[in-house]
Amino acid sequence: MVSRRSIVGTIAAALIATAIGIVLSYVIHWFPVQASTQAHHTDTLYHVLVIASVPIFVLVVTVILYSVWQFRVKPGQELEDGPPIHGNTRLEVIWTAIPAMILLGLVSYSFVVLHENEKKPAGPEMVVNVTGQQFAWSYEYPSSATGGAPLKTTQLYVPDNESVHFEIKSLDVIHAFWIPAFRLQIDAVPGITTSYRATPDRLGSYPVVCNLLCGVGHGLMRSTVHVVTPSAFQAWLKSRASASGGASTGQPGAPASAS
Amino acid sequence: MAAKLRAPGLYRAFFAFLLGIAFAAGLTWLVRMATGHSTYHHFLSEEPIMAVSLITAPIFFLVGLGGFDYWLYWASGRPTRPEDHSSHGAHTWKDYFRINTDHKVIGIQYTVTAFFFLFVGGLMAMLMRIQLAQPGAEFVSANTYNGLFSVHASLLIFLFVIPVFAGLANYVLPLMIGAPDMAFPRLNALSYWLLPLAGLMMLLSFAAPGGAFADGWTAYAPLSIDAPIGQDFFSVGVQLAGASSIMTALNFLVTIITMRAPGMSFFRMPLLVWANFATSLLVVIATPFIAASQFFVLLDRGLGFNFFDAGKGGDVLMYQHVFWFYSHPAVYIMMLPGFGIISEIIAVKARKPIFGYRMMAFSLLAIVGLGFTVWAHHMFTSGMAAWIRIPMAITTAIIAVPTGIKIFSWLATLWRGVLHLDTPMLFSLGFLATFTLGGISGVMLAMVAFDIHVSASYFIVAHIHYVLFGGSLMTIFAGVYYWFPKMTGRMYDERLGKWHFWSTFVLFNLTFGPMHILGLQGMPRRVPTYAAKFADLNMFISIASFGLGLTTLIFLYNMVTSWRGGPRAVANPWRGLTIEWQVSSPPPVFNFDRIPTVVGSPYEYGVPGAVHGTFAPAPVPATVGGASRGSDVVHRHTE
Repeated sequence: MVSRRSIVGTIAAALIATAIGIVLSYVIHWFPVQASTQAHHTDTLYHVLVIASVPIFVLVVTVILYSVWQFRVKPGQELEDGPPIHGNTRLEVIWTAIPAMILLGLVSYSFVVLHENEKKPAGPEMVVNVTGQQFAWSYEYPSSATGGAPLKTTQLYVPDNESVHFEIKSLDVIHAFWIPAFRLQIDAVPGITTSYRATPDRLGSYPVVCNLLCGVGHGLMRSTVHVVTPSAFQAWLKSRASASGGASTGQPGAPASAS
Repeated sequence: MAAKLRAPGLYRAFFAFLLGIAFAAGLTWLVRMATGHSTYHHFLSEEPIMAVSLITAPIFFLVGLGGFDYWLYWASGRPTRPEDHSSHGAHTWKDYFRINTDHKVIGIQYTVTAFFFLFVGGLMAMLMRIQLAQPGAEFVSANTYNGLFSVHASLLIFLFVIPVFAGLANYVLPLMIGAPDMAFPRLNALSYWLLPLAGLMMLLSFAAPGGAFADGWTAYAPLSIDAPIGQDFFSVGVQLAGASSIMTALNFLVTIITMRAPGMSFFRMPLLVWANFATSLLVVIATPFIAASQFFVLLDRGLGFNFFDAGKGGDVLMYQHVFWFYSHPAVYIMMLPGFGIISEIIAVKARKPIFGYRMMAFSLLAIVGLGFTVWAHHMFTSGMAAWIRIPMAITTAIIAVPTGIKIFSWLATLWRGVLHLDTPMLFSLGFLATFTLGGISGVMLAMVAFDIHVSASYFIVAHIHYVLFGGSLMTIFAGVYYWFPKMTGRMYDERLGKWHFWSTFVLFNLTFGPMHILGLQGMPRRVPTYAAKFADLNMFISIASFGLGLTTLIFLYNMVTSWRGGPRAVANPWRGLTIEWQVSSPPPVFNFDRIPTVVGSPYEYGVPGAVHGTFAPAPVPATVGGASRGSDVVHRHTE
């Protein structure tokens, strides 16, 4: 009934499909550019997850297709039944235990990545206060960052290769402070301060997106994070401080540029 | 006319509905006067009247319809009308529009109503895809767009997936266990009639001042607290749908526990019965939590309780915990009955016993238990205490194990079978493939570091549609085709069924597959416009989705024409062993002329001469205590 040739051929096809799947998972551009050290860790985690998933999916589909090919009812078989196989304890133990081990392994690895992404850096860390309100983000650089008066602004500049601790508040409803290029996100929740840290490691400008429905303007609640060299960052701080004449302007209500 | 207004039915119900609104107006007027408002001015305030009417009008409507007649007579000490079975069975189409206590009529009422809301909800998805075909389109306003996806999700969750499973089970479950009806037929009728009210309420919110509720089916506070009155249409609608859900689940539990035919021990129950047993446990335990979350919202909105106002001692995150404590188990409420359907179909269509029957039953119970330990994985980025993420991630990964057991057992059931690849089987196999993808992306989302990137993005939209469309809806289509001959007494058109499957399967993947990439690339969900770089994929998705929408017309055409004029179905067109196939199609009004006796497992395909249930007098007395108690109930009902 089950011919050796068909099995060998199918296993070969499944292995090839798995290989193609894994190669594809590297060819496809899943993510936007990586602009933080956290992004590298998260993307590696994703690739590991995909590589673990491809064989499982291929296994399921292969068994389905093989069954359709080999066990499909043939002329004259219309009233026949299959063999009355009720189960196989060893097989059932295997397909309970192996997935459980794979899953526990993956989730443990994800905790390692999480710990790596969230651990406090050895060196100094700049704090940026982020405020979400319908429908704009605003930022405040405290004295510890400016070395002078706190700076309130609607622009987000951060220095390259330096850990930044974003402390996030909301003035009205819940928002989510998502920087896809950093692979980081957390909600801005009324009444509490939430936070995450990012170490930008690629110069450039990247979107900041509100990722939690906050009302009619939710789709346009976007901002931009500029990763610049430390010297350019200091120059920007100075220019902002002199342009605004201190902390009095740059109201959090001012709409952020959606560029 | 006066007689019509006195007799239970739609006339009296509509009259009572108007009374309900008048009662709400009077009540708000009295309360406002008692609390110092001026007598006339505030009487004209429409919003409080509307808000109170949302609660009173449906209850009055149900009283008018006759949903409470028997209990009200009994409670007031008046003689209850003896059950003459006049409300059993459907003789004309009009019988589907009144209180009917026949589980088969109710099953069809449920199923048809749910599909009506599937088409309405699907139409909303089409409107959304028109809006999203290009960035910056202005097909609908942002507020309308937010209303569209909120009502789309609410209808498809609360008015389609959950009730359509209850409907299919309502029809076949009593037949499968050899019972003449559900345990509480009047309660069954009442739970059905709550549904169209809940659905119409959600739809009518589009006509409310300020538009439909527009903060998602999740209705996160505090956004939902200050929303226009349309929000109340959701909060109250969910109460009605939830009450319906709880009543049906209790009914299923009692029916399954007490009304099984003699000889049907728990481990002789078909897996569809097991699946609905597990689902009903979930519903009964979890649903009160979403009711609570929406009562909090109503009290905050209507009476200023400030549960979720952080500035006044409220706690914003508490809403999410209470909400997800229901809404995570709810995804299993929307999946386990489908698992049951797939088990029935694969065993019959592969002509083999279900592989590992006991593990299939135990894995359902494992999902029930674990299902309550994973809710906060929806909140990894919510700002809750960081440590909660660790245990919730572990349980979320582990809950994939019982689901995996089921997938592998179905695959092993196919192995060396004799596969009949007709429409129900095609949908079952398609389900196995798409649901596996949905399960895999679910496991990925358990990985906190990755979830932090894609939480609430289009990746989630893709995942949830792979689970609820590629998962639940595929099983629903499979089940509807499979039991169509039993429910209608007609055969459906096999060729159209296959067209329906292949077009749905291909276009489903083209529509929802690319959404994974959109999410990874950084596109948030619930936005009416998006950055220009996402334009190409969105256009592609929109075109595919229009095709997907059209495929449902094939289904609709097939169902309508086959029901009206398809070839007559024989009692057992699939040569199934379970009891529902041993009676005529459609079954007699009281299901069984003789109560069946169960003598073996429901899946003994390939065993020569194997029988699951027999209508002949059993040679051996029934073996199981619980089942013999069930038989008493059965006899009392049929006499």
